[in-house]
Amino acid sequence: MTIAKSDLLFDVKRTNAGKIKIKVWNKSQIATVGTFVALLLLTVYGFLTLDYKDVSIIEATSATLHNVKVMFLQPAFSHFSLGEAVYQLSVTMGLALLATMLGAIISLFIALFAAKNLSTKAVSNAIIVVIAFVRAVPTVLWVLIFAIAAGLGSEAAIIGMSLHTVAFLVKAYAESFEELDDGILEALRASGANWWHIVTNAVLPSTASSLLSWTFLRFETNFTVAVAMGAAAGAGGIGFELFMASGFYFDLREVGFITYAILIVAIGLELLSTHLKTRYLRSESAK
Amino acid sequence: MDIAVFQKKKQHMTIFLIIVIGITLISAKITDFSFVHGVQTLPKAFSWMASNLFITEQSLTKMPSIMDKLIETIFLSITATTTASVLALLLALMGSHTTKVNNFFGSLSRIVASVYRNIPIVAWALILLLSFGQNALTGYFALFLATFGFLTRAFIETIDETSSSSVEALRATGATYFQVVAKAVIPECLPQMISWVLYMIETNIRSSTLVGILTGTGIGFAFDLYYKSMNYNVVCLITISIVVVVIGIELISNYVRRVIL
Repeated sequence: MTIAKSDLLFDVKRTNAGKIKIKVWNKSQIATVGTFVALLLLTVYGFLTLDYKDVSIIEATSATLHNVKVMFLQPAFSHFSLGEAVYQLSVTMGLALLATMLGAIISLFIALFAAKNLSTKAVSNAIIVVIAFVRAVPTVLWVLIFAIAAGLGSEAAIIGMSLHTVAFLVKAYAESFEELDDGILEALRASGANWWHIVTNAVLPSTASSLLSWTFLRFETNFTVAVAMGAAAGAGGIGFELFMASGFYFDLREVGFITYAILIVAIGLELLSTHLKTRYLRSESAK
Repeated sequence: MDIAVFQKKKQHMTIFLIIVIGITLISAKITDFSFVHGVQTLPKAFSWMASNLFITEQSLTKMPSIMDKLIETIFLSITATTTASVLALLLALMGSHTTKVNNFFGSLSRIVASVYRNIPIVAWALILLLSFGQNALTGYFALFLATFGFLTRAFIETIDETSSSSVEALRATGATYFQVVAKAVIPECLPQMISWVLYMIETNIRSSTLVGILTGTGIGFAFDLYYKSMNYNVVCLITISIVVVVIGIELISNYVRRVIL
């Protein structure tokens, strides 16, 4: 059998001089380089137009470094005790937990209708659009908007945070549901199971572990959000103490102490969350 | 399967549920949250939103100043993200299993990334506020530091996932460390990394609203100003313009991601 010369030359591109082109531009590479250049230009332009308000960068940076040194090397508490710090941390945790719980319960129901394989196309798309809108509004704005109607406090913070949690979890849950094997659904449908049977006997049991790990991942995020809500919306907790210590008392040592407290909890949650993720999500995808 | 297995599973499930409900009730007690009141405020909140949050002609006159602030915020998050990504790339190269120089730097960079990422952006903003004052730079550095931690982690995972075999191949041909990084790691991970950077820009626009409220810069400042002066029509306009920008950037980055990945 002979091989025609044209077969060997298949999709080899040559320059005018007859050299083989090693680098062939395709759409993806053009887009990559284009994005790269666009970001570079925007960054340069951004730096040129940034409103610096005559602040001396070198002075301010060295002052910050000094502040950071005081904060992290000499943390101390003056306005409250260790016990109170633990209490305030638990308030922040409580805010995060309640927002996650409420969000998770609501999301579970909405996600069933948002998953393309369990719902109709129109319903699913409608939910996705609404969710995208809710997600695009920053959490703090939701909290502040609810604060006008519900009054400042834990209710506004929790409802605002859970709204954002719903927007995140519906997407995550729906994607978990969509990964479900079509064969299982088909088999159940063929055996005469109704929608509700399918959900309780096939969908929920087989996605439970990945739902759990997504929820915990969101809890981790909500903890950070809850710190921010304490500071910005006066919902209490460790974030509010941080705001007071830095903005009102200018007590750097206390700021350092509070930051350490937040850091310890956050890293603890992160370790737990990675553990859950590697244990449940990876093994799911490996199957 | 044995019936005992199911019983045991049911038992575990019940215990799990009881623990979850217990923790929820305790949290509600600590945070002084009443479920009944919370649910009751919902219709109130929505009817308030419907009757107050709409755009009037008068609020549209504020549009130019809002646009200014919005553009400031957009550029702030783009510059913070791109500059942080450069630093994050260097640290990620040290921290990744496939490209690390030695174990010491490997663990060090992972620890640094974890610390930076877990200090909430609010803490950074408040710390920087002390010496930078109410300045765009406060927002910039707060976003920079938080982004830096997150991107380092994301880049480490990207490098670990995508480039082990090509790195091995290049090493076998006797390539130096810099050749390996420039010819195998960067080209293979670039699309993934750009996708992370785009995701982070989108996130940072949302966070810079929060940072803006605390540090008095950008769109967050404008929101806070009109919120406190109870000019809710302008508040609505600002919220909607933020939504438009965030969704716009999300659509652009989704498109780019689809093309490059």
